[in-house]
Amino acid sequence: MSKLNSKIPKGPLDSKWTNHKGKINLVSPSNKRNIDIIVVGTGLAGASASATLAELGYNVKSFCFQDSPRRAHSIAAQGGINAAKNYQGDGDSTYRLFYDTIKGGDYRSREANVYRLAEVSGNIIDQCVAQGVPFARDYGGLLDNRSFGGVQVSRTFYAKGQTGQQLLLGAYSAMNRQIARGKIKMYSRHEMMDIVIVKGKARGIIARNLVNGEIERHSAHAVVIASGGYGNIFFLSTNAMGSNVSAAWKIHKKGAFFANPCFTQIHPTCIPVSGDYQSKLTLMSESLRNDGRIWVPKEKADAKLIREGKLSPLDIPENKRDYYLERRYPAFGNLVPRDIASRAAKERCDNGYGVNKTGEAVYLDFSHAIIRYGEEKAKVSGLDSSDSKLVLKLGKEIVKQKYGNLFQMYEKIVDENPYEIPMKIYPAVHYTMGGVWVDYNLMTSIPGCFAIGEANFSDHGANRLGASALMQGLADGYFVLPYTIGDYLSNEISTGEISTDLPEFEKSEKEVLEKLKKLLSNKGEKSVDFYHKKLGKIMWNKCGMSRNEKDLKSAIKEIKELREDFHKNVKIPGGLNEFNEQLAKATRVSDFLELGELFAIDALERNESCGGHFREEFQTDDGEAIRDDKKFKFVSAWEYNNDPSNPILHKEDLDYEDIEIKTRSYK
Amino acid sequence: MKLYLKIWRQTNADSNGSFQNYEIDEITPDMSFLEMMDVLNEKLIIEGVDPVAFDHDCREGICGSCSLFINGRAHGPDTGITTCQLHMRKFQDGDSIVIEPFRASSFPVIKDLVVDRTSFDRIQHAGGYISINTSGNTQDANTIPIRKEDADNAFDAATCIGCGACVATCKNASAMLFVSAKVSQFSYLPQGQVEAKDRVLNMVKQMDEEGFGNCTNTGACEVECPKGISIKNIARMNKEFLKAKL
Repeated sequence: MSKLNSKIPKGPLDSKWTNHKGKINLVSPSNKRNIDIIVVGTGLAGASASATLAELGYNVKSFCFQDSPRRAHSIAAQGGINAAKNYQGDGDSTYRLFYDTIKGGDYRSREANVYRLAEVSGNIIDQCVAQGVPFARDYGGLLDNRSFGGVQVSRTFYAKGQTGQQLLLGAYSAMNRQIARGKIKMYSRHEMMDIVIVKGKARGIIARNLVNGEIERHSAHAVVIASGGYGNIFFLSTNAMGSNVSAAWKIHKKGAFFANPCFTQIHPTCIPVSGDYQSKLTLMSESLRNDGRIWVPKEKADAKLIREGKLSPLDIPENKRDYYLERRYPAFGNLVPRDIASRAAKERCDNGYGVNKTGEAVYLDFSHAIIRYGEEKAKVSGLDSSDSKLVLKLGKEIVKQKYGNLFQMYEKIVDENPYEIPMKIYPAVHYTMGGVWVDYNLMTSIPGCFAIGEANFSDHGANRLGASALMQGLADGYFVLPYTIGDYLSNEISTGEISTDLPEFEKSEKEVLEKLKKLLSNKGEKSVDFYHKKLGKIMWNKCGMSRNEKDLKSAIKEIKELREDFHKNVKIPGGLNEFNEQLAKATRVSDFLELGELFAIDALERNESCGGHFREEFQTDDGEAIRDDKKFKFVSAWEYNNDPSNPILHKEDLDYEDIEIKTRSYK
Repeated sequence: MKLYLKIWRQTNADSNGSFQNYEIDEITPDMSFLEMMDVLNEKLIIEGVDPVAFDHDCREGICGSCSLFINGRAHGPDTGITTCQLHMRKFQDGDSIVIEPFRASSFPVIKDLVVDRTSFDRIQHAGGYISINTSGNTQDANTIPIRKEDADNAFDAATCIGCGACVATCKNASAMLFVSAKVSQFSYLPQGQVEAKDRVLNMVKQMDEEGFGNCTNTGACEVECPKGISIKNIARMNKEFLKAKL
C-alpha cells in the first residue's frame, strides 16, 4: 500500500473546501497564544502566511536569508495575478479557471487542490485592494485586466510590469503590522540549515546567522517551508542569485517526499545569453505576448545574414517572416502556454532560423501593436489616423504606458531600442512546478512540517500557466494554510514550550557544524561557482527543454561524479564565525548537486511527454507531446533513502472526477 | 577592457576599513557591473584572498539588495537603474573605478560593501501598512472606484525598492524620500485615509529616532533614485504631517 494519503475531502468538488473548513479542528484563541510556528521564507507565500498566522494569534518566527523580508524573489514577478472575478464579463468562472489550470498543467496536478485555488482566487484581489495594493485601473476607476497564455478570457490583474513587487510589498506591510504588535519575530540574514524532528514531529530548525556565522536553535510546534523553487539548479535562470532548494532539500532528507522534481518551467520570453561570464537571465514578462508577435525569417539564408550582422530584421518584408506560433497554433497564436512556446522557439533555432550571434534567439515584435494602438488613439483624439508618423508616435506612447519598465530593462541590458528594433528573446529556466509533496492540508510527509507556494508541488502539474504563481503563493499563505494548520495544531495545545536543549537539537546542530567545518577545511582549488556552472551546463543540456534516455543516464552519472569532485576539490575562503557568502553558497550548491541526480532519475522514470517534461522518444510526427495517461497519471513522490542515488518512488494516482481528460490542444 | 579598482574593505562593523587597489583584465562591455565583481572575486578566491562582500540578489533591478557608491554616485554613472543593471559599456578601457558602500550612520557597515539597512524596516513597522485583517472577509475589490490618476500616483510612489540610494546620496543622510513614498502611496488611496494621521506621525518619529537627517530640498535623492520616485512625495508627506499636527 502507498504511504501517501492525500486526505482529499469527500463530496462534490465545489463543496469540498467549504465542508472541510467546516469540519476541521480548530485551536481556540487562548491556546493559539501558547503555540509557536516557524516560517522559512518571506516571499508571497511565506509573508502572507506569517502575517495571517500572527493575526490569528500564533507566535510566529519568520526567517529569510535576504537583509529584509521585502527582498524575497516574488518581488520580481512581472505580469500579473489571475482571479476568477469575471469583471470583464467574458465568461470567466471558478470552474473555468480551475479547468484552464488543470489543462495547462497537462493533467498532472491534483484536482481538489486546483479547484480550491480557483475558489479563493477572487478573495485575494479583494484582500490586496483593501491592503492598498495599487492595481492598474481603467478610467471609470475599476480594476483593469489583461490576458495571459493558455486561456481565452481576461482574468489577469496587474500593476504595470511590477505586479509581484506590489503584492509582495502588500504582504510585507501585513507582516510589518504583526512585527509591530510583537506577534512576528523576524530573523533576516538567517539561513535554515536543518529541520529538527522530535518523536516523529517537526519541532524546530537549526539556523545560521549569516552576519556573524553563529549557529542557532529555534523550536516551534510547526515548521512551514516557503522557500520557493529550485530553478537555480540550472545556474542560469530568472531566479535571484540566492534562490535555493536547501530548506526543501533538508526536510526531504529527513523524511519529506519530493514530488515531480523534473517538472520545470522554461519560460519562452527571456533575454538571450550573451556570454560565459553571465550570472543570471532576465525575464521579459509573458504579458508582452498580448501585443508582441513572435517570428523568425522564413528563409534560412536570411537568418544566416542576420546572425552575421549583414541584415537587420527591419530588412525582412512581411511575406518573408514566419510567425511560427500563429502558423502552428491558430486558436491561441502567440498566447499558447509557456512550455509550447518555448519548445517551438527551440525547434526553429535548432533548425537554423535563430537570429543572434549564438543562433539562439527569436524576435518579439511590437511594430504591429504600435500601429494598431496609434491608429486607435488618433481616431479617439480626432487626429489624422492616416499620418503614419503621428500614428507611430501615439502608438509608442501607449506601448510605453503598458510595458515601459520592461522596455527600459531590455534596452539597458541589450543596448538596443525595442520600440524600433524587435526584441530578441529565448527560453530560460523560470519556475519549478515540482517540489515538496503535500497533502490537501499542505502538510508534508513529516507531521508538523508544511510546504507552501512554489516550494510545494500540488497546483501546477507539469506546466504552470502565466500569472498563477502569485495566485498560488497568496492563496496558500493568506487563505489555505492558516485554516489547515489548525487541524494539526489542535493536538498540540497541551504540549507547552519546546526546549531547544533536547538531544535532537543538539544532534542536529552538531551535524550542521560538522558539515560546515568539513567544507571549510577542504584544501581544494576550485571555486563554488565553478561547480555550480558545471552542474548548470549538465542540467541545461541533458535535463532541459527536451530530454532523452541516453542523455538522462549520462547526466545521472556526471552529476554524481561532479558531486564527489566538489567535496574533494572545492575551495572556500574565510571562516565559520563571520560573514562568509562563499560558505553560504557552498551549502546551497552542495544541495543542488544532490537534487540534480533525483531530477534526472525522475525525468528518466517518466516515459511520456507532458507539459514542461518533453521526452524526445514520445512525440508525434509534427513534434507535439505524447502523454501516457494509462501509465503515468500519477504524482512521483520520492523518498530519500540514505544516499541521493537510491531514492524510493511512491505514486499518488491522480483521479479526475469533474474533468474529462483530453489531449491538450491549442491549435 | 582593463580596469583599476579601488574598493573599500572592512572586516566587520567594529573594525576600521580602508581602500584596496585591484587590477582586472578581460572585462567586456556586455558584462553587468556585478558580473565584473564576480570575475574579480573568482580571481581572488583562487589566489586565496578573501573575496569582496557586496549585497545582491535579483540582478534585475527590483529587489533593492544591491547598493554600491561607484565613482561618487549611488548605483553608478547611469540614471534610472540599480547597480545590477549598470553595464560595463558605461566605462572605458583603462578607467579607474572607486567602489564604496552606501554611507550613513543609520546604515552601519557589516562587511566591505555590505551595509545594515534594517532601519528602513523599522520605519515600516511604525506605520507602513493598512490595519486590516488578512484572513479574508473584506468587501469586493470593485466596491470603491478609485480615480485612475490617483491609482497611478499611488503606484508610482509604491515602486520604491528600499535600496537606500536616497540616503547615501543626501548630504544630510535624510530618508525623507523613502518614508514619503510609503506615506504618499496610502494618502492617494481611500483605504489609507483611516489611519493617515497616526501613520505619518509614527513613521516620521521612527525615522528621526533612527538618526536619519533632515531634508533641505537639494533634490539629489530624486536624481539618484533608480525608480524615479519624485520629491513631490516629500511635499505631500509634509502636508500630511502638518494636517496630522493641526
